[in-house]
Amino acid sequence: MASDANATNTFETIVGLIEPFNRKNVTITPDTTFQGDLDLDSLTVMDLVAAIEDEYDILIPLNMLPDLETVQQVADAVDKINQEK
Amino acid sequence: MSIDLFDKFDPIIQRRDQLPKEAENPFAVQMEKVLSQTVAIINGRETILCGTNNYMGQTFDQEAMDAAKEAVDNFGTGTTGSRVLNGTYNSHIELEDALKEFYGTEHAMVFSTGYLANLGIISTLAGRDDYIIIDADSHASIYDACQMGQANIVRFKHNSAEDLEKRLRRLPENVGKLVIVEGIYSMLGDEAPLPELVAVSKKFGASIIVDEAHSMGFCGETGRGVAQAQGVEKDVDFIIGTFSKSVGTVGGFCVSNHPKFDVLRLVCRPYMFTASLPPSVVASAKTSVKQLMHAGNRAAVLWENSRALHKGLKDAGFKLGTDKAESPITAVCIDSDEVCTFFWSELLRSGVYVNMALPPATPSGLNLLRCSVCASHTPEQIQTVVATFIEIGKKLDVI
Repeated sequence: MASDANATNTFETIVGLIEPFNRKNVTITPDTTFQGDLDLDSLTVMDLVAAIEDEYDILIPLNMLPDLETVQQVADAVDKINQEK
Repeated sequence: MSIDLFDKFDPIIQRRDQLPKEAENPFAVQMEKVLSQTVAIINGRETILCGTNNYMGQTFDQEAMDAAKEAVDNFGTGTTGSRVLNGTYNSHIELEDALKEFYGTEHAMVFSTGYLANLGIISTLAGRDDYIIIDADSHASIYDACQMGQANIVRFKHNSAEDLEKRLRRLPENVGKLVIVEGIYSMLGDEAPLPELVAVSKKFGASIIVDEAHSMGFCGETGRGVAQAQGVEKDVDFIIGTFSKSVGTVGGFCVSNHPKFDVLRLVCRPYMFTASLPPSVVASAKTSVKQLMHAGNRAAVLWENSRALHKGLKDAGFKLGTDKAESPITAVCIDSDEVCTFFWSELLRSGVYVNMALPPATPSGLNLLRCSVCASHTPEQIQTVVATFIEIGKKLDVI
């Protein structure tokens, strides 16, 4: 299904965007968490969000962030925002 | 089983306890006596204060002190009530009138702190379907205001009109938009490029708030702040400010020309559900606001002090937050937080107080020794501060 293919791509693209922030060299899986596994502080998370926003030319309002704990959740959110665009 | 609610703070406790034992505790400084705007007794030692926000030296202004004493005699120590109930005295209105005159605006609203002014105005103005677009380096009170409100929050790269435009362009059509920036940013002391930021905001139909907390009194011809200095006042919708810096006491405010502005008194919870400022504070604030309209000479001394401190530290080889003195704030960047703590502690033991600021309170993960000057500093005091920095900087291998 096309949407599945999109979802895989989104995940991989986001993994690429996380790399510059992945100072602990954590192996990123869909379940990797930003705060716990990647140990990103709130400001770094916001910088990462900006990078994702610019990659997809979308907005991810900061008030959505508390619900986005894992990489897969962010990928899903990005796909959803893109569909609604 | 019961869970200790404090367990979540263990990483912070650990970090606090890791601060070097032989250094002074940067979070437990006590002023035993305050001798003047620029000198206090700390740990029994006479110390030059080079880390206050007392930019214009108003804390010991005789006229402001007399006004405060007289207000205590006539109106007592506090109002014991909210502005919308029993907490508005004549003097609160007179203070708002003084602000209207100072800024040349139709409306002014006084809050009990600057923090509450941001919390109140921002969380109330932007509702559920609206968008707030904030500078990434915004003060904690702006971030907290965003969290308190219902609006969607978008953040743009610090001081970048280009990044702001990119984000404004992505917003849905027909939504309320509120851009929030500061005139001077408190940690590095850098100035905002307001003409560009304001122009982009207006292009996309956004209202704009400028927080002038760290620029009132000495930026612009009559001290109204960076918006005045950069000639964009008429396009700024709201100015938020504080009495706890150049005005020398405590309290916050917002001024605006919006015709419906006054309705905020009936809907803004951080205005309605807290006690109003005590009469003595209101009296000294009013006196100082009036004085600041005609304080050009003192502002000039402040800028001279600021340039002298910045130049002295820059020439010595310190890494600074800004290339030139853009405000009374000069931030010295130190690579490690441990060296930063030792440096700060040595400064204090040598009789110089500055602010130590560590991430996440600072932008870009910087460890800062934040210095700020006062119009009342003498050139000798500034030179003493520079000399002390150089001596310790060499000892600790920072320069």
